[in-house]
Amino acid sequence: MATTNAFARTYTQLEAITKATVSLRAQGISNDELAIVDGRLAQVVKIKGDSVTLQVFSGTEGIPTDAEVRFFGEAPSLNVGEGLAGRFFNAYGEPIDGGPKVEGEKRFIGGPSVNPYKREQPSQLIPTGIAGIDLNNTLVSGQKIPFFADPDQPYNQVMAQVALRADVDKIILGGMGLSNDDYLYFKQAFESAGALDKIICFVNTTEQPPVERLLIPDMVLTAAEYFAVDRNEKVLVLLTDMTLYADALCIVSNRMDQIPSKDSMPGSLYSDLAKIYEKAVQLPSGGSITIIAVTTLNDGDITHAIPDNTGYITEGQLFLRQDTDTGKVIIDPFRSLSRLKQLVQNKKTREDHSQVMNASVRLYADAQNAKTKLENGFDLSDYDMRCLDYAKEYAVRLLAIDVNIPIEEMLDTAWEIFGKYFSKAETGIKESLIEKYWKA
Amino acid sequence: MKTTGVVTGIISNLVTIAFEGHVAENEICYVDLNGVKLMAEVIKVTGKNAFAQVFESTRGLKQGDRVEFDGHMLEITLGPGLLSSSYDGLQNNLATMEDIFLKRGEYTAPLDSSKEWDFTPIAAVGDKVSAASWLGEVKEGWLPHKIMVPFSFKGSYTVAKVAAAGKYRIDDTIAVLKDAKGEEVPVTMVQKWPVKVAVGGYKEKPRPYRIMETGVRTIDTLNPIAEGGTGFIPGPFGCGKTVLQHAIAKQCDADVIVMAACGERANEVVEIFKEFPELIDPNTGRKLMERTTIICNTSNMPVAAREASVYTAMTICEYYRAMGLKVLLLADSTSRWAQALREMSNRMEELPGADAFPVDLSSIISNFYSRAGIVTLNNGKTGSVTFIGTVSPAGGNLKEPVTESTKKAARCFYALAQGRADSKRYPAVDPLDSYSKYLEYPEIAECLNNLICPGWVDMVLKAKNLVRRGKEMAEQINILGDDGVPITYHETFWKSELVDFVILQQDAFDEIDSRTSLERQKFMLSLVLEFCDKTYDFETFEECSAYFKNLINSFRQMNFSEWQSEKFNSYLTQIRNILSDGNN
Repeated sequence: MATTNAFARTYTQLEAITKATVSLRAQGISNDELAIVDGRLAQVVKIKGDSVTLQVFSGTEGIPTDAEVRFFGEAPSLNVGEGLAGRFFNAYGEPIDGGPKVEGEKRFIGGPSVNPYKREQPSQLIPTGIAGIDLNNTLVSGQKIPFFADPDQPYNQVMAQVALRADVDKIILGGMGLSNDDYLYFKQAFESAGALDKIICFVNTTEQPPVERLLIPDMVLTAAEYFAVDRNEKVLVLLTDMTLYADALCIVSNRMDQIPSKDSMPGSLYSDLAKIYEKAVQLPSGGSITIIAVTTLNDGDITHAIPDNTGYITEGQLFLRQDTDTGKVIIDPFRSLSRLKQLVQNKKTREDHSQVMNASVRLYADAQNAKTKLENGFDLSDYDMRCLDYAKEYAVRLLAIDVNIPIEEMLDTAWEIFGKYFSKAETGIKESLIEKYWKA
Repeated sequence: MKTTGVVTGIISNLVTIAFEGHVAENEICYVDLNGVKLMAEVIKVTGKNAFAQVFESTRGLKQGDRVEFDGHMLEITLGPGLLSSSYDGLQNNLATMEDIFLKRGEYTAPLDSSKEWDFTPIAAVGDKVSAASWLGEVKEGWLPHKIMVPFSFKGSYTVAKVAAAGKYRIDDTIAVLKDAKGEEVPVTMVQKWPVKVAVGGYKEKPRPYRIMETGVRTIDTLNPIAEGGTGFIPGPFGCGKTVLQHAIAKQCDADVIVMAACGERANEVVEIFKEFPELIDPNTGRKLMERTTIICNTSNMPVAAREASVYTAMTICEYYRAMGLKVLLLADSTSRWAQALREMSNRMEELPGADAFPVDLSSIISNFYSRAGIVTLNNGKTGSVTFIGTVSPAGGNLKEPVTESTKKAARCFYALAQGRADSKRYPAVDPLDSYSKYLEYPEIAECLNNLICPGWVDMVLKAKNLVRRGKEMAEQINILGDDGVPITYHETFWKSELVDFVILQQDAFDEIDSRTSLERQKFMLSLVLEFCDKTYDFETFEECSAYFKNLINSFRQMNFSEWQSEKFNSYLTQIRNILSDGNN
């Protein structure tokens, strides 16, 4: 991001200061342009006559009314080029790994949308080795999907695993409010996988001011668009944690006296999140951007404005849950959904995929019913007992996030478990498939 | 001389403009950003300051930038070539844009002005005509596309000249009209119309009196929508709103379909772009795309244009209605449109209503829904616009302003229930919460009884009652346990399951099951009711559930078989045997 400009205009009289913004009188200022206020980066968010309001990313603590304000005359940008690969940056796109500045073409972040008419329908499978995903909620390149997880779930670990196993050209991590421990975890995981050359990280940790986070998704996606559009690469974008991003939006809109809507979130939350997630795309040239995000929940509540708006935007969600019967963290088969799975199931995978998936989830649902019966003190039938045993094995061998096997093996495992606990008819699977795959 | 002004304030996409001269509410203006003209709409005027919402990103815009006012409201172009086109919310043709990214200030022509159309005159020299009178017709695909006296023409005219049959381009003069003062006005095949104003030019708008067939059983049988009627589908995410809308779009018996993808996922629109040109319209055997216009303003496209997109779509519908056609408008989702209104009202610092929505939300929504309807044209023919919108209630809670306002405006309510979606009972339309006010219209009841069979409405009400009673029984069984209730409770419950599995549930992805003709719906409901009218004498509840499970299985196999085919008849025989065998 540029920090010097020969024609920069300088002012030294602030008229108003809030926790996140400053206002001053200035002329010829353009919307969205950057400025330095008392040595801190800021962006124009409101112009009213001569009065200009700037959002100061790192907060306004200690800024005096006679602070120096220097305008750059342009919006935030990122230098894009092959040199981005393997590098770590802060929210402003400045290297934090001790390396040199990246040479390349300057691109303004938060650029325009892809013409929907020019998009391609997503159709490439992204295998992860995790059966809760590949078998039940298959991912497709060009998809956007978040993990919904309570803060105590190991979502960052799962995401790192998924990223490292996925067959992609670049992985771009956007860390928002990442704890320093998690940041180091990602760094170490990427290093030890020997994948550093295809990783790019933009990180804002909890030690840094929250408003800075607002720049992260746009930085990440500008880099992603460079690799996907200019270089036709398959790019996987990881965004964690989008709930903290939305919290930062909330802070800024609050300081600007905007009327809050549901859960004190800004009324534009849907559009703000959509602008990010809709950057996921399958391009006709073969390049693609796939977005896997994390939305942390408050005690599993998906009706809160953040997960709720996210669910309306993304193509499904992956719900992490602790399974009390087995003690494993599983991908909940009922509340998780991949809306694009039918684009690849049975087409890019074996013919029995969707039937096996449906049967296994339905039998798992029967086990839940049996469990409820048991808790309410009703007698269990033989079928109920078998369902309960099935559920345990299904959770450990397929739903748990520590599973790492190819899709064919997942299907074979499912058939094996079906054969162990159920009759052919009880699975409800099409005759022709039973004949071919049934394991007694 | 055009009014001009300069930018004095900017907050996101709201700009304030100090202007010289006069401006109108909703007037279009262009803001000059280093030579790129950004389209904007005036939404408020105070003194010599106009507030305008810009339909594009305002990044880089400066105080002092020049603005030129256009002298008219947001207009769209109407003429042959609208069908099978894909537009953004402002009617820019998305297919003719070259870049892969949407460029600011790039506005493309909605219609192809070089294409030649086969014109046949309808009016003759000396005919008295007025706005919306038919002057001639061209074939747009298979559809007779009427060339009309522009809707904006006031008073009556006499036809002075009409072009002979032949090939013409849209901008060629195809008729000359003489107004009351004897002045001649040329008419081409295209006209412009401001989207926020309802198109008139018809004789009357009666109450809807006939139904629109969608092929979806839970709609047609249980809660039918009238031709020219209004309905809405609210539902939490993941309940199948979009699948249901696409199913209606694919199979309903309308002549023209306009789909407004308003603030939703781009990949869903891509699905329409890729599939509709391939799919066959079951009513005409032609490609589905030939009767479809797509207005696409996805969630990442500029917010202000999202609001415009539903109006653009409605205006295109009204245009085809004036040709005497049966038009269906599907908008997904009207909540996103309401949110666009909220964002703007917020920036204008208006006092907010519930959930920070503008206070006039309710009247804006009902005003929009009122543009639908069946009309009698001046020449005695009828045309209709049927409107079905989806609503995405925040947190799945139906007690939120958009759902409540829409409930007041729309006559059919198709509530998607999370519980039904979770148990994969698709379409997840809740049979008890949903309603169609049209069932209460005597003219619609008469239409149904004539069209389907005498006593049909009573049969429908009976089926609804069965479902209601079944639900009560299910609750009792859950509380008291299978053994704790009389076996008749199980019987009542399973009768409702029969209605649910056979009539309500329908596989939108199965070629046969996805579309059920009215004749077949009548046949199925009658047959199901025969079983429900019977009283049984089961010994145990297991016997009861086994009997009905078996029955449901045969019925479902029948649903997947072609109407009156050999397979169909063999399942029918199975079912008939079960019926005559009694409990065994």
